[in-house]
Amino acid sequence: MGHAESELLDVERIREDFPILQREFGGEQVVYLDNAATTQTPEPVVETIADYYRTTNANVHRGLHQLSQEASVAYEDAHDRVAEFIGASGEREEIIFTKNTTESENLVAYAWGLNELGPEDEVVLTEMEHHASLVTWQQIAKKTGATCRYISVDEDGTLDMDHAREIITDDTAMVSVVHVSNTLGTVNPVSELADIAHDHDSYIFVDGAQSVPNRPVDVEAIDADFLAFSGHKMAGPTGIGVLYGKKHILEEMEPYLYGGEMIKKVTFEDASWNDLPWKFEAGTPVICQGIALAEACDYLDDIGMERIQRHEEQLAQYTLEQLREEGDVETYGPSVGTERGGLVSFNLDSVHAHDLSSILNDSAVAIRAGDHCTQPLHDKMGVPASARASFYIYNTREEVDKLVSAIDDARQLFA
Amino acid sequence: MGIGGSDMYRQQILDHYKNPRNYGEIEDPTFTHIGENPMCGDEIRMDVVLDEDEETIEQVAFQGDGCAISQASASMLSQELAGMAVEDLKAMDRDDITEMLGVDISPMRVKCAVLAEKVAQDGADIFFGEKDIDRTVTEDDD
Repeated sequence: MGHAESELLDVERIREDFPILQREFGGEQVVYLDNAATTQTPEPVVETIADYYRTTNANVHRGLHQLSQEASVAYEDAHDRVAEFIGASGEREEIIFTKNTTESENLVAYAWGLNELGPEDEVVLTEMEHHASLVTWQQIAKKTGATCRYISVDEDGTLDMDHAREIITDDTAMVSVVHVSNTLGTVNPVSELADIAHDHDSYIFVDGAQSVPNRPVDVEAIDADFLAFSGHKMAGPTGIGVLYGKKHILEEMEPYLYGGEMIKKVTFEDASWNDLPWKFEAGTPVICQGIALAEACDYLDDIGMERIQRHEEQLAQYTLEQLREEGDVETYGPSVGTERGGLVSFNLDSVHAHDLSSILNDSAVAIRAGDHCTQPLHDKMGVPASARASFYIYNTREEVDKLVSAIDDARQLFA
Repeated sequence: MGIGGSDMYRQQILDHYKNPRNYGEIEDPTFTHIGENPMCGDEIRMDVVLDEDEETIEQVAFQGDGCAISQASASMLSQELAGMAVEDLKAMDRDDITEMLGVDISPMRVKCAVLAEKVAQDGADIFFGEKDIDRTVTEDDD
């Protein structure tokens, strides 16, 4: 395979870690371009999961026996590893393991928003928010009487920062923004937004679901108050998400879920809360998934996050160039040459995105078609759905060529 | 080729998609009803004329927007329904639609295929006072 991008990553070597990429459908090797939905899991992570169940499985914290101690240490250390991965100097105390990004959003919305927001408060979001953030704050606003406001998205798929400065005011209590748009690929200036938010004594919540997996993210450089992301979009397993929060804020927040693990002392009358982060991890937590996520962090750091970012960017730019050569393809988000995440959403004039995805499946090309959990953004784009190709460390230009050729097949079929 | 790809797009379906039959409006229909798949953005409006006894479908027209499966299914159904007893329309199910289309529909696309059928059935049910809804909205388990 002649990878023009292989100076960045040894893709051939990386692909050996992902046996699923060898699968064939109808004699065609799968071309997996649905990585913004979920990434594949490399052998070292799969091995970590299997090893955990083969050798270490026990419940954490409550047990004094050897297995429980080993599981507890591995699980607690996993928090430190994830903290290191995103530059959180408060280590485990600032890292809460959840189910996914959506649960991380809900945790803050319920534990902080429901208690702190009132009719005089405003929550500022963007028009390109994922439903995980948009719907959550919308519903919390309904419960508390707060108002949601949305930073406009310009024609070129970027945020209107003048509008941001206009609507982030002293009434703003929370700014919740997506770091990299899962639909447009836009990389938002979250550090600048954090400054604006903090100037008005507002918190900022950064949805890192599409940024933490594919670029260096340093929460302290951004100065994010909260950051959320999911394990399964960064070579880790499903079932685990992460909520980073600044320690002093988490300390003041009430718990979100009650039960075991999260308490210090319980009587028939009352209970007191455990230390961070356990206060927010009620019940038996995601032990194996947490340990596997730490392994995924090792795996990605070994490759290098800056190189991963450049690799994805190159594939996305190449795809954009190929698709835009055809006059009947509309692409969304930043134009060619402008920074973007590793994904491209598009529509073929004559073919509905769902039909396109079904036809691409014949060439074993896996893409996503739909609203990508950004219905209001699609309303603004004027289309009910779009097709989306999204990349990861194992994708190649040849695979993009297969995508383009399969799109041509669809074009012929519907001609 | 696996289920879900261009197997679904046999000539007949593409033909109905590109040249929909009975496309348009009927001036004085017995009933009109609209339905959608919110997730896909498919939308279909059906105008239906019943005979004097209100037992048999005389004429059907549809308008819509959406994927090939939903629109071809509406076009084919509009032909199928003309002359059909209302009772038979009410008895139609997913298997009848699959048979009419003549292809296997992948599980994720079933709601596209059955949208027109649901619109016609709900339209009839509303007309006969057996249902009280504004719009038909198909869900995954329909």
